[in-house]
Amino acid sequence: MAITALKPTAEIQADTPTFLPLHPTLEHYRTAVSAPGFGTFWRNSLLVTGASVLLALLVALLAAFAVARLRWHGRRAFLLLVFTAQMAPWEALLIPMYVIARDTDLLDSLTMLTLVYFMTTLPFTIVTLRGFLAAVPVELEEAARVDGCTRPEAFRRITLPLLAPGLLATSLFGFITAWNEFAFANTLIIKNQDARTLPVWLSSFANVFGTDWGATMAAAGLFMLPVLLIFLVLQNKVTAGLTAGAVKG
Amino acid sequence: MPTAAPTARPPIRSRVGPYLLVAPTVVGAAFLLLYPLARNLLISFQHFRMAELIRGGAPWVGIANYTEVLDDPEFWRVVRRTLAWTALNTVLITVLGTLTALLLIRLGRRMRLAVMSALVLTWATPVIAATTVFQWLFQSRFGVVNWVLDQLGLHGFRDYAWFAHEDATFAVLVALIVWQSVPFAALTLYGGLTTIPNELYESARLDGAGPWQTFRLVTFPVLRPLFALVTSLEVIWTFKCFAQIWVVSQGGPNSATTTLPVYAFQIAQSLHKYDLGSAVSTLTVLILLTALVATLRRMHRQEAEENP
Repeated sequence: MAITALKPTAEIQADTPTFLPLHPTLEHYRTAVSAPGFGTFWRNSLLVTGASVLLALLVALLAAFAVARLRWHGRRAFLLLVFTAQMAPWEALLIPMYVIARDTDLLDSLTMLTLVYFMTTLPFTIVTLRGFLAAVPVELEEAARVDGCTRPEAFRRITLPLLAPGLLATSLFGFITAWNEFAFANTLIIKNQDARTLPVWLSSFANVFGTDWGATMAAAGLFMLPVLLIFLVLQNKVTAGLTAGAVKG
Repeated sequence: MPTAAPTARPPIRSRVGPYLLVAPTVVGAAFLLLYPLARNLLISFQHFRMAELIRGGAPWVGIANYTEVLDDPEFWRVVRRTLAWTALNTVLITVLGTLTALLLIRLGRRMRLAVMSALVLTWATPVIAATTVFQWLFQSRFGVVNWVLDQLGLHGFRDYAWFAHEDATFAVLVALIVWQSVPFAALTLYGGLTTIPNELYESARLDGAGPWQTFRLVTFPVLRPLFALVTSLEVIWTFKCFAQIWVVSQGGPNSATTTLPVYAFQIAQSLHKYDLGSAVSTLTVLILLTALVATLRRMHRQEAEENP
């Protein structure tokens, strides 16, 4: 894909595909980048994704702590609900979500999207974080408390650093989900074109440019970039975290 | 842990503490999941079309929407198609994922890292980007797939319009979903495989078990819970899958790729029959829940055993 984006149009449409571009060109990237709204949609996607992931992490961390470390009535029921919530039929909720967004004046706003993405990733985040948290020996926290830390202090100074890879892995999955989301972004943002996100923009790309595959490929490549970059940087931690979380979850 | 000291009455803080910690989750779920679900249910019992969406005040129609949906033969065709779609994808993903995991565990360190990186990259590829790439690969005129097939001597595929044929579009979409989902299954199962002690394999070998027997008698039983988890997640994901189908084919051609989520979306967004759309999505939820009752019960039992 990245290679194709570098090819001149004539080469893309050659009868015999060439693997490497004969005359590399940045023309398609220029087309994609200079397409109307490119910067705005990037900013929107980053904002929505970042905010929802942070929110989900924070809320899930609290819940995961309660589930993994404390005993309380309703704990099992809560966990079962979280498991079930993973199956939530999100696409089926498009219409009520639309109605709710309209009734609360959140239609066409990025806030609503952020909230929806927060909720779609939350159950998964809780389940995985619980797995990671269970893997950190509780004795470490207890030792810190014997040394005079309060419970929140012990958590912040001992457990949280040990949890870092887990938090990274989990947030990355949340990031991918929110970064990719298409149906809600397509439904909840209607009039305000300036609030559209990248997936919607990308899916409309082929129409905007006819069959300009070069530009489409370039756009898709740019769209993948942040996820791939983070993945490459964090790869070891993510793979380890993934398996740990999955086995536990 | 609080349970460690059951003698004294725990201080008030540690008794309400857990509830405060889960409160944001509960509030979030109530407003963003349960309320929409309830709203969806409500709409499915109302006459709720374009006019009601704008004006509000939808009249109650009882089960009329459900009878209309259930009487429509198209609905049943879509249900059958969705079940076939889910089954086909899940089987392919599980089998290919298992094979990849078994391959991973046999590879040398360096090759393993390479394959794993490829898997992780595939997995990280955003759905819409991957979908775009597939659309491009299967283009009729300049698509790489047709070119390769042509070069292999299958000249019938020259300029073959994949997205104009029903089965072909279906096949392309299955390939796309499987390609995107195998990494998760493979990496999870690989993680499980690494936890199996080598002694089990050695004793199986001593007993003269072949590769297939070893898998059936050692690997599979040990990983049974993990297999159950992966399969049920894949069932959920492929059953609910929407974006890929919508972007590639919008359910076409001739509704050959219309699965339940796509069907509900078409009815609601394109025909503006929000009430019927809601009824279809309620039915979708019910079908999915029925299919997964066994899994839920197993989870509940497991949870009960771990934390009595």
